[in-house]
Amino acid sequence: MTLSHSPSGSATRRPRGVDRQSRAGIAFVAAYVLLLIAFGILPTGYAVYFAFTDAGGTFTGFSNFVTTAQDFRFMDAVGHVAVYLLFWLVSLVVFVVSLALLLHRLASSAVSRSLRFLFYIPGALAGAASVLVWLFMLDPTVSPVSSLLGMLGFDTFGEVIAPGNLALLFTIIAFWTGAGGWIVVIYGALNNIPKDVMEAARIDGASAWQTAWHVQIPMLRKWIVYMVILAFAGGAQLFVEPQLLSLASVGVAGRDYSLNQLTYDFAFQMNNINGAAAVSVELLVVSVSAAALFVARSGFFDAD
Amino acid sequence: MTVNKPSSSPQRAVSRRRSALLAGCAATVLLTVSACGGGTAGTTDKDGFAQAPQKDGALTVWVDATRMDAAKLYQKLHPEVKLDIVSYDGNANGSNYLQTKVQLFNRTGKGWPDVVFSSQNNEVSWAVEAGFAAPLNKGLVDEATLGRFAKGANDVCTVDGTVYCLRNDLSQAVLWYNAPLLKQFGYTVPTTWEEYQQLGEKVAKEHPGYLVGDAGDSFTPEIYLWASKCGANDITGPKSVSVNTTSEACTRMAKLLDVLIKNKSMSISGVFSTDFGKNKADKVLLMPGPAWFGGAVFRDTLKTPAKQIAAAPLPQWQGDGSPSTGNVGGGTWLLSQHSTHIKAATDFLKWVTTDNAYQGEKAPGYPAYAPAAEAWLKGQNASGYFASDLSALAAASSQVWPKWGSGQFSQEAIWAATVKPGITQGKSIASMLPAWQDAIVKYAQSNGYKVSQ
Repeated sequence: MTLSHSPSGSATRRPRGVDRQSRAGIAFVAAYVLLLIAFGILPTGYAVYFAFTDAGGTFTGFSNFVTTAQDFRFMDAVGHVAVYLLFWLVSLVVFVVSLALLLHRLASSAVSRSLRFLFYIPGALAGAASVLVWLFMLDPTVSPVSSLLGMLGFDTFGEVIAPGNLALLFTIIAFWTGAGGWIVVIYGALNNIPKDVMEAARIDGASAWQTAWHVQIPMLRKWIVYMVILAFAGGAQLFVEPQLLSLASVGVAGRDYSLNQLTYDFAFQMNNINGAAAVSVELLVVSVSAAALFVARSGFFDAD
Repeated sequence: MTVNKPSSSPQRAVSRRRSALLAGCAATVLLTVSACGGGTAGTTDKDGFAQAPQKDGALTVWVDATRMDAAKLYQKLHPEVKLDIVSYDGNANGSNYLQTKVQLFNRTGKGWPDVVFSSQNNEVSWAVEAGFAAPLNKGLVDEATLGRFAKGANDVCTVDGTVYCLRNDLSQAVLWYNAPLLKQFGYTVPTTWEEYQQLGEKVAKEHPGYLVGDAGDSFTPEIYLWASKCGANDITGPKSVSVNTTSEACTRMAKLLDVLIKNKSMSISGVFSTDFGKNKADKVLLMPGPAWFGGAVFRDTLKTPAKQIAAAPLPQWQGDGSPSTGNVGGGTWLLSQHSTHIKAATDFLKWVTTDNAYQGEKAPGYPAYAPAAEAWLKGQNASGYFASDLSALAAASSQVWPKWGSGQFSQEAIWAATVKPGITQGKSIASMLPAWQDAIVKYAQSNGYKVSQ
């Protein structure tokens, strides 16, 4: 994100205003930095310390990483999260961008406004609550769409939550809860594309499809990358959906499904906080590397 | 994010940022230190463990929703005791809430409840290691009281001869049945598993839709396979287990279940599922299940009318001389080693597990304390809900097959994740026994158990 239209001319004329402005900026950033240190950096450091030591605090090198990776559930969990991330990121990019473009094309502002509101509503439910809504949706005996589930061949909750369906189910739940906010954000970004560019495209005779593909999507690239980075980090930490599903299904589906659940098991069920820290450090490394890759390849921080 | 604006004075900004950083660090360090402080100084060795200095103050008791009545009754009868009753999920269904909290309290050095109820009977497997559960037979609870618990009731609480918890209720399996319906259909209560299977096949033909049991719960193996003496979970030491799920004892019960599941006289929904409650509640003819099925399932969940449900002994295999049954859970009460009100905590613990005012009259499950169980049975028979007396429960209370233990890993969770999805997909249980064994072995090993197969 770049704010290149700062009033650089006025800075020389009114130095005191700028001074006040920069002081306010520092104050805002300082508050954030404080919270970041207290709830982001220090816990991360704590986790890294745990990951390389044993319960007594002695340095153990990579042994925590090795023992956790050898756990029989580890590779399964890695596979689950990888498949889920693939489904979740692809569906997010494809549907969010196309829905936002559709929204933007709708001339009638009343329709567009109500659609925007509609898209955003699920996001207003907190994560756990929306998962609970879905647990009802997916149980044919109580679901309002049980006839639809019946048509797909699902007559009992147990059939719906068969192991092979889980990645798709979690993607649907995550999309329903998380995509609305992104549609609104991308829609806002679309509105930021200068009018003259769009007009030039129209005068040149570009169709809606050509405008979207050759003008709008390239100009949205940074927003899409931003969305993918955050969605990747969030998706890699998949926890609430499988955990609640495992409680609701009394352990039939979703137990030890994701890496984050495995860390939870290590920490609290097997009393191995250090192993849990090792897995969470791995998650951090993966998410940060993915973000770095996206940033580097997309020129995220390049000034326009 | 880049903001293109002329910086006024970089030096000042940096120094201010640095001081803010320092302040933040200092604040956080202070927080951490005060949270971690809470030493173990001043303990005295008494009753077999190091006791913290005793203080006045409220006794903190954690109970689940069902046991809330017990705590409230105690408060009513003992108004002089300051009681802080906290409701939690009772650690049910493998939620591990208690364990999670205790691990966190162990890190912060405070916050432990004085007495806690758990609906699980394997808490001791971690609570002793975590230094949470206090030994009870080293002075806190007298031998005479301990001796009056049903035979084997506190085995799940015992590690190397030391008792670390008291059993709340027993959950021995019996054969529940709908007496008027059975009479109407002209059947008799089966006494052997062979008869049981024949009856199931008859029901499937003559009264399709009616059920002789349910095999869809995570505790299904604890009803059928445990009763059949299947050696899936023989805890032979504090950290060793013997697992064999493919012996004759296991396979013949698995085959029986497969036959009845196939002809649909055995449900695979699970008695607490929405599907069972909606579509099968009035179709129950027979139902092998633990003692608490009478109240918790038939009366409260399925709302079966009074004077229908009766209890008979669980069927046995033909020619098996020593009758055996399974067991599903049965809660436990633990006392915290860290308690600063040990006397009050012990009084509460003794009252809640043995006193007739609760266990004899109000408890929903079969009390583990034998004198209370007698009173409880009388009360149940007098309540008029059941169509028979519940003497089958008393007989079964001492027949629970002892070679199925309570390990740190949850057998219910393993069955739910390994076998249940296969049953839903139509695979036979017999064909999944090796996979079940494999899963038990893996979970046991990852929990540090030495496994012999």
